[in-house]
Amino acid sequence: MAELYDRYSALVYAVALRVLTDTGAAEDVLQEVFMQLWRHPASFDARRGSLGPWLAVIARHRAIDVLRKRRPQTDLEDVVITIEANLEDNAERARALEKVRTSLRAMPDNQRKTLEMAFFEGMTHSEIAAQTGEPLGTVKTRIRAALMALRRALNPGSSSGLGTV
Amino acid sequence: MTGHEQFAEDLTLYALGSLEGDAVDVVERHLEECAACRQELARLEGEMALLALTTAGPSPPQRARQRLLKAIGREPRSLRTVLTRRRWWTLAPLFASLVLAVFGILLWRENVRQRDRIEALRADAASNQATFEEAKHLLALLTDPSAMHVTLVAAQSKPQPAGKAIYMPGNGALVFMASNLAPLRPAKTYELWLMPMHGEKPVPAATFKPDPHGNAMVMMPPMTAGIEARTFAVTIEPEGGSATPTMPMVLAGS
Repeated sequence: MAELYDRYSALVYAVALRVLTDTGAAEDVLQEVFMQLWRHPASFDARRGSLGPWLAVIARHRAIDVLRKRRPQTDLEDVVITIEANLEDNAERARALEKVRTSLRAMPDNQRKTLEMAFFEGMTHSEIAAQTGEPLGTVKTRIRAALMALRRALNPGSSSGLGTV
Repeated sequence: MTGHEQFAEDLTLYALGSLEGDAVDVVERHLEECAACRQELARLEGEMALLALTTAGPSPPQRARQRLLKAIGREPRSLRTVLTRRRWWTLAPLFASLVLAVFGILLWRENVRQRDRIEALRADAASNQATFEEAKHLLALLTDPSAMHVTLVAAQSKPQPAGKAIYMPGNGALVFMASNLAPLRPAKTYELWLMPMHGEKPVPAATFKPDPHGNAMVMMPPMTAGIEARTFAVTIEPEGGSATPTMPMVLAGS
């Protein structure tokens, strides 16, 4: 566990801190995520994704639970991740993350801001609509469009998932 | 249109945890029976994982590591406390089974952990090995005293002192190679300077002495990261180096 902690703690802490903007609360999330992994090691299935991205997603879910002062909403076993890039390969991982950053930079400001409010600030779409004064439907469409832009950047020529945007 | 399209936006919000109210139940019921939407959810989670991986920030404090390891260390003790409240011999068979079970779980847990770790390390090791081999060959070439150092100059001109600095401001990495340097007088040394971009005080990078052929090399001296360089220069200084360069400059280049 110490080795896993040394390898992934910075990532888990960074994600939790970005969401919570509070070092103490971020430390609590860090502790909880690794304790969960220790108590339920089988909840992570290596066949369903790499450990780093899985921990990043779990950390974000837990941080948002803390932000909303609610019990954990997501079972570890339920988090299944599909990533086409091989993130164990350092070069491929760096390329994928650069594509994400480039895609974020290329987004219209309001689209990127809406995605950040939902992703990093853990706001619901109705909270975002209330804060920005945008119609609910616009916020939903904007979040979907942002993630589809991300998908196209990662996999040029890929479809936009289940529906049209 | 397919039957899933109506879920596209809600599924995105569900993956983000931004969906509220009855819509959450509707999506979860649909996910139970729809493999395509489960697949789409996994893909969305993957894209959000990559988004999360772009997050950078300070490392967690050292106390967080100690706190975790302490908490892990405490876990098995609570089990022992419960068992000692009863007369131990009445629990002997149960105790033996528990020991075996705990031992089995520990072995299995260790196995899972090691398997994941080995997979990650194997990929890292292959990549690191290739980089290491390349760096080793380069370093051997640069530092081997028997390697030929040839400075090419305009034909029919006398070789002049020359130097080449390779510098990355982002991490302060610096390599400097010089040739045709004049021998130094006793108690003197050459010193390499970095002249910052915005006119700040010159930064001493390293002191060095050339070999009998006038060649010298400085590799990765300790430098503060993030200094933009305008010019590199070499001066002759008293043994041990100086805090400010003594004119004239022997070499300089921008």
